[in-house]
Amino acid sequence: MSPRLVPAGSDPVRRTERPVAVTVDGEAVTGIAGQTIAGLLLASGRRAWRTGPSGARRGVFCGIGVCFDCLVSVNGEQDVRACRRRAADGDAVSTQNRRPPEADGIRQGPEEAS
Amino acid sequence: MSRRHVVVVGAGPAGLAAADAALAAGARVTLVDSAERPGGQYHRMLPDAYEAANPEVLHHGWAAFDRRVRRVLAHDRCTWLAGTSVWALEREDPARAPLVHVLGEGSPGRRGVLTPDALVLAPGAHDRVLPFPGWELPGVFTAGAAQALAKGERVAVGERVAVAGTGPFLLPVAVSLLEAGSQVAEVLEAAGGARVTRGWLRRPWELAAQAGKTGELVSYTAALARARVPYLLGRAVVEARGDGRVEEIVSARVRADWSVVPGSERVTAVDAVCVGHGFTPRLELLVAAGCAVRGGTPDAVFVQVDDDQLTSSPGVYAAGEVTGIAGAPASRAEGAVAGWHAAGGAPSARPLTALRRGRDQGRAFAGRLAAAHPIGREWPGWLRDDTVVCRCEESDYASVRAAAGDPATTEARVAKLGTRAGLGPCQGRMCAVTVAELRARLGAPDADAAAPHRRPLAEPVRLGELAAPAREYDG
Ligand SMILES: Cc1cc2nc3c(=O)[nH]c(=O)nc-3n(C[C@H](O)[C@H](O)[C@H](O)COP(=O)(O)OP(=O)(O)OC[C@H]3O[C@@H](n4cnc5c(N)ncnc54)[C@H](O)[C@@H]3O)c2cc1C
Ligand code: FES
Repeated sequence: MSPRLVPAGSDPVRRTERPVAVTVDGEAVTGIAGQTIAGLLLASGRRAWRTGPSGARRGVFCGIGVCFDCLVSVNGEQDVRACRRRAADGDAVSTQNRRPPEADGIRQGPEEAS
Repeated sequence: MSRRHVVVVGAGPAGLAAADAALAAGARVTLVDSAERPGGQYHRMLPDAYEAANPEVLHHGWAAFDRRVRRVLAHDRCTWLAGTSVWALEREDPARAPLVHVLGEGSPGRRGVLTPDALVLAPGAHDRVLPFPGWELPGVFTAGAAQALAKGERVAVGERVAVAGTGPFLLPVAVSLLEAGSQVAEVLEAAGGARVTRGWLRRPWELAAQAGKTGELVSYTAALARARVPYLLGRAVVEARGDGRVEEIVSARVRADWSVVPGSERVTAVDAVCVGHGFTPRLELLVAAGCAVRGGTPDAVFVQVDDDQLTSSPGVYAAGEVTGIAGAPASRAEGAVAGWHAAGGAPSARPLTALRRGRDQGRAFAGRLAAAHPIGREWPGWLRDDTVVCRCEESDYASVRAAAGDPATTEARVAKLGTRAGLGPCQGRMCAVTVAELRARLGAPDADAAAPHRRPLAEPVRLGELAAPAREYDG
């Protein structure tokens, strides 16, 4: 199984849920208003959405904007920390890869998956 | 006469208390936090959009916190800059507090400058996680991440979860996971039973002074016992395994120095593991402001403050986890002392005596915790040659070791270029302290204790944001 949202009906904080719809690499995903993109992706059963330099999969690690493991691009904006950005209706989220070192030794920044 | 302008960075327990005290002392206050809502890590609030009717069920001391938030944010001399990060400090005049460069959320973010008479820095800490084979697998979270997601979003990170590492923070994390509906397979505390008991139970009058904290710990222990969660002392997670995600962990008995007892390894099936080996203070702004640090070893560096919470840097006060890891009550007391002095409040004010006492008790408590939960020296025994040390660049232990032993790369900066450890997107926030510690062990000279925290830009800024004119917030 995977991460999940505490069901609103049994949540003692007594919260309200309003749906938010985003796309992840073109696929429609629904979450609830107020969730961070990381929270939304986790609650939708995703654990990883980025790859490290070796191609190894990565997702959330620190949850508070410090480790940069959760980077995504949102509406074309690169390197957004998914754990710090609230999902907005209609956001187009795409996953990112780190490219291996260039032949000239200059490492490229994270870039969008093709 | 114009009022003193105090800028407070961080709206956690320390920063909120600082703002409150500075307002009480008559200053004008600008409170800045990169989060949208105040509270910091301890009082992590649910998003507004959740419209939670009972947010307090997730919090200790909610009523006092809620009163303080209302009092501070509604004050007519307080400006609250939510969702605003301080990305740099710049000292124009050596005798005055530095200029504070802020970036508001948005795309592009709004850049601005604040010119304080005094600055209170209360940016808190983040989890420290020692590396182990497989710690980069999805499904390995910091203990704080699990807490942040459960408390701040109501997301449970897994169905069957292990919580591991060291320190009392593992307890609230395990309880939050249970509360959010996860099954907690086990809580593994690396410190041995004798050490924990000695550390916690020696000088009980100090614990009594921290009644709030002690009560909290007792309630966590009771909740774990009720749910029959095994709490194992002297056992550490030494490996995470799985195909593209965590499927199981390997734990082992460890001795007092955290060396593994051979043959004691055991496999536990989990879909998430939450790990914390204490906290690393977020010192970049303090180092950028030129504040002297204390503590000689890379893993125990904090900012140095005097009895008034003033750092060695003119006009710069510090409070909370950056001065030592002591929990929310001590952070609050420190914040209040810092805010009062930053605002130019009378040094003889009566409430200061009690605040100072609270702070000193908090620090004593912190000393106790540190003594009960030290990181054992032999933890690198968990590492293999190919264990990732720097998560961003995937630099492995073999390369870090080789660089430390190679005369050509003994200098930290050169080693960094050679191994790339610390040069990725997080700029060493996750690995720098560990790498510095490993290098020191391996005999490489790393003289500057503040080096792992030297990061002139505290937050990433885009070139377009830099190019846009900055707004003067306070003229
Ligand atoms: C993820 C996490 C979860 C935690 N949860 C708990 C818990 O549930 N219970 C518990 O007892 N302890 C918890 N702790 C321990 C916690 O650090 C302390 O108990 C307490 O919150 C410290 O108070 P503080 O005011 O020093 O810092 P914090 O509460 O960390 O507050 C610091 C604030 O500064 C802000 N900040 C940092 N840098 C910048 C910047 N450059 N610009 C603008 N703002 C900035 C942050 O957004 C944050 O709101 C947690 C720690 C972490 C890392
Ligand atoms: S999970 Fe660490 S930055 Fe988002």
